[in-house]
Parts: sequence; C-alpha cells; structure tokens
Amino acid sequence: MIQFLSYLVNGISLGSVYAIIALGYSMVYGIAKMLNFAHGDVIMIGAFVSFSATQYWGLSPLVSVLVSVIVCTVLGITIERLAYKPLRQASSLAVLITAIGMSYLLQNIALLIWGANPKSFASVVSIGTLSLFGGQLRITGETLVTVLANIVIMVALTLFTGRTKMGKAMRAVSEDKGAAELMGINVNATISLTFAIGSGLAAIAGVLLCSSYPVLMPTTGAMPGIKAFTAAVFGGIGSIPGALVGGILLGVIEILGKAYVSTELGDALVFAVLIVVLLVKPTGLLGKKVNEKV
Amino acid sequence: MSMLKIEDLHVYYGSIHAIKGVSFEVNEREIVTLIGANGAGKSTTLNTVAGLLRPRSGSVSFEGKAITGMPANKVVSLGMALCPEGRRVFQQMSVRENLEMGGFSRPASEIAASLDDVFTRFPRLKERHKQIAGTLSGGEQQMLAMGRALMSKPRLLMLDEPSMGLAPLLVEQIFDIIGELNRSGTTILLVEQNAQMALSIAHRAYVLETGKIVKQGEAQALMHDDDVRRAYLG
Repeated sequence: MIQFLSYLVNGISLGSVYAIIALGYSMVYGIAKMLNFAHGDVIMIGAFVSFSATQYWGLSPLVSVLVSVIVCTVLGITIERLAYKPLRQASSLAVLITAIGMSYLLQNIALLIWGANPKSFASVVSIGTLSLFGGQLRITGETLVTVLANIVIMVALTLFTGRTKMGKAMRAVSEDKGAAELMGINVNATISLTFAIGSGLAAIAGVLLCSSYPVLMPTTGAMPGIKAFTAAVFGGIGSIPGALVGGILLGVIEILGKAYVSTELGDALVFAVLIVVLLVKPTGLLGKKVNEKV
Repeated sequence: MSMLKIEDLHVYYGSIHAIKGVSFEVNEREIVTLIGANGAGKSTTLNTVAGLLRPRSGSVSFEGKAITGMPANKVVSLGMALCPEGRRVFQQMSVRENLEMGGFSRPASEIAASLDDVFTRFPRLKERHKQIAGTLSGGEQQMLAMGRALMSKPRLLMLDEPSMGLAPLLVEQIFDIIGELNRSGTTILLVEQNAQMALSIAHRAYVLETGKIVKQGEAQALMHDDDVRRAYLG
C-alpha cells in the first residue's frame, strides 16, 4: 500500500511536469491552430541554460531559473516571428513540417553548444525530503516543488485568461482572429504573447524535469515533449484544465504502468490510453465541442 | 462633407478580381445602404473599408484622413466599427466579456459607462450578461454583435447583413434599432440582401453587381426604379 502511494506521488510529480509542458502546447494550439513540435526542445534549452548558469557562470539556482525563463521567452517569440509568422496563411502541413524542422534545429544548436555527452544536472531544489509513515513514504523536495509550481501556474493562468483584459483578448483571438481584430486587438502581438508565456513555462518545466531526472542532453526534451502533447490531446487540446488533468493522468499511468505492468511497456501503455480516449471521446476528456450557430 | 469616402477601390482574392473600381461616399448622420445579390462584393467592400482586407488600388478616407490599408485593429480606434456578417460573437465567452472586447480600444475607465449605454439599448443583453454567447438565440446574438460594435463608441457603424437568418419580427426589431441609432447621431453604412428593408430605412443607396456599382441614388427613388424592383424587390 505504501509502495503504491509512493508510485502515485511519483506519477503526480512527473504528471505535473507534463501538465506544465502541455499548457504550452495547448495555448499555442488554441491561438495559432498549430502544433508546435519544437516546444519539447525549448524545454531542453531551458534546462541547459539553467545548467550553464549554475555550472559555468556561478549563479545561484534560483537566479539560473530566472535566466532560463527569460532566455526561453525570447527564444519562443523569436521562433514564432522567424519561422511561423511568415506561414500564417500557409497550409497546416507546411507549418507542421516547419515545426518539426525547428525541433531538429534546436537539438542541433544544443549539440553544437553543449556537446553530445550527457550532463549531470544538479537539482535546483534545496528543500529536503519529507518522510511520512515513519519513513516508509518519502516525498522528495523536487516532488513538492514540482507539484506546487504546477498548482501556482494553473491558478495564475486561469486568473489571467479569465480576469485580465489581455487574457480575455487571448481567448477572443483563439476563437475568431478576424472578429478579434475588429475589436481593436492586435492579433500578432497576442500570438507573440502566447508563445512567450508557453516558452517561459517550458523553461520552468525543463528545470523541474531535470531536477528529478538529472540526465541532460540535446534529445532530453523530445520524449517529454511528445508525452506532453499526448497529455494535451488526452485532456482536450486548447483547454487549461484539460492540460492539468491530461498531464497528471498521463504521469500516473506511466509510473504505475512501469511499476506494475512492465518497465519496457510503460510508454506504450501511455499511448494506448491516448488511442482509447480518442476513440471514445475525440475532443479529449475536457475538450469542448464547438457548435457554430449562424 | 463626406464622412467616409471610397475612391476607385480594387480588391482581389488571389487572382479573382472581386471589387472592380468601386467609389461611394457616406455623409455624416446618413444611413447609406449597399444592396446587391449574393457575391456582388458587398461584404468584401465593407471588410476592405474596415481594414480586414487590403485593396490592390484605390483609396479609403475617413473624416478626411487616408486610412487605405490600415489594419483593422487600428481603424476601430478612429471611430468606425464593423459588425461583421454572420455576427461572429465570441461563442465561448460570456455576453459581458463579448461587450468588454468591443471596448478593447478604449480606456478601462470608460467601459462601465458604455456597458450601461448598451444595456439600456438592449435590455435583453443585461438580463443575460453572464450567459455564454454561443447559447443565445440568433436574434440575441445579433443584438450582442451590434452592442459589441457600439462599445467602441463609433461615429460610423457598418453593419453587414444584420437581418441574416432572423425571423421577420426580429428583422423589424433590428431595423428599428438601426433607425434609433441613426437618430441619436450615429452614421450608418448598411449592407443587406433584404433590399426592401434596407431601402425603407436608408437615405441613399448604391446597387452593387459583380464588383461594380451599377446604380445609385435616393433610397426612395431606387425603391420605385423598375430595374431594382425586378432584380431585388421581387
């Protein structure tokens, strides 16, 4: 039983990272109607920047996270401006291929800068392990911070999109760009802002992921990126609570699957669940079916 | 002096020449209507004036200022709003949020007063201010789309097919509101397929056929014009 609880906690922790990454996928999809497959690699860049900041520049872990967020935010805006904005009117296939190309470009830039040897990422979390049930259930500081960060981010984003003028404008743009423009909303600036937020969150996700799973190399972001995309679709792409539910469920299924079914089949199980959900509910768990009334 | 002046406007969709040299003007406090069949270029003209489409050539000026090619999000802050075809309210946002978006270009301090104005004009919207717009009836969505356009305090309001898909009783109600808006000082540029209703409310009208203006004049005169009667009034 304690063993199960321990797996569950690990699953929620991993799932929280997926949820934060999934948010980036979901928000960008919602507003630009594109799948930004380079999103996973922004996570990797974020982790590398934080790694460099602590190892080479001698900055404190907390400051390194801040630097990483700033770098990734600028990177996200730049990627959108250079690679995706010129394709606003192009077919979605062209945009998809560009996103995959951008993913490889980022991986290869990282390879050039940081090399192919895996780096050992030092955790940015300095909180100790929490022991429960007389030391039988141990919850690491990384887990606590990850789950807490996830909660804070979800609440902040929900308030932002629900209460602020810019957040509402973002929802308006994701529904109807033309109508939003007629309201006086600068659609391009709103899309930039979405990429900025998504990429900043990716930096946080990268640092949290590598604090728990400390091996860092240029392909580190690829698999979590794909899984977070799965989580976003699973929960209902375009929806903030969907990203949360999808991410957590996916993390829990992955860890429990690896523990009780088969270590090798853990990932396969994750994608099998996605297939089943899509067969039963194509819009995802919390996805809304949009009925257009004319 | 004319408030809105369009001169020799040419608009293309790719290689399709949709608007072929359209010129017209709207004077202050007028209701001007563009009538014509489906595909004549009425909506294209309005969308170009509002800045959603760029003309290949020609000019648009508003209150003496050239605004040709100015993006839509800048045009609205000049005092000109378009209530688009098919209403295009934000389906997943509440009635109130839709109206707030309409006032996006204005300072936050002025929004409350404008909301009150819109709620006075459309009491139904006040009753339903928390409701999600997608669940409103067609008539209510049209009121919301008009209220949303009014939130920017436009001196010129452009309406694209406000009667589309509405029951006759609602059409009359919408046209009554358009008349009231005009009497309270708003200049109106109206695009309609329902030529009968449009001509009955407008001061002047232009008839558009395959991207060109083929007739223009006083609305009352056009209503009794043989060609217009045969083609658009049945």
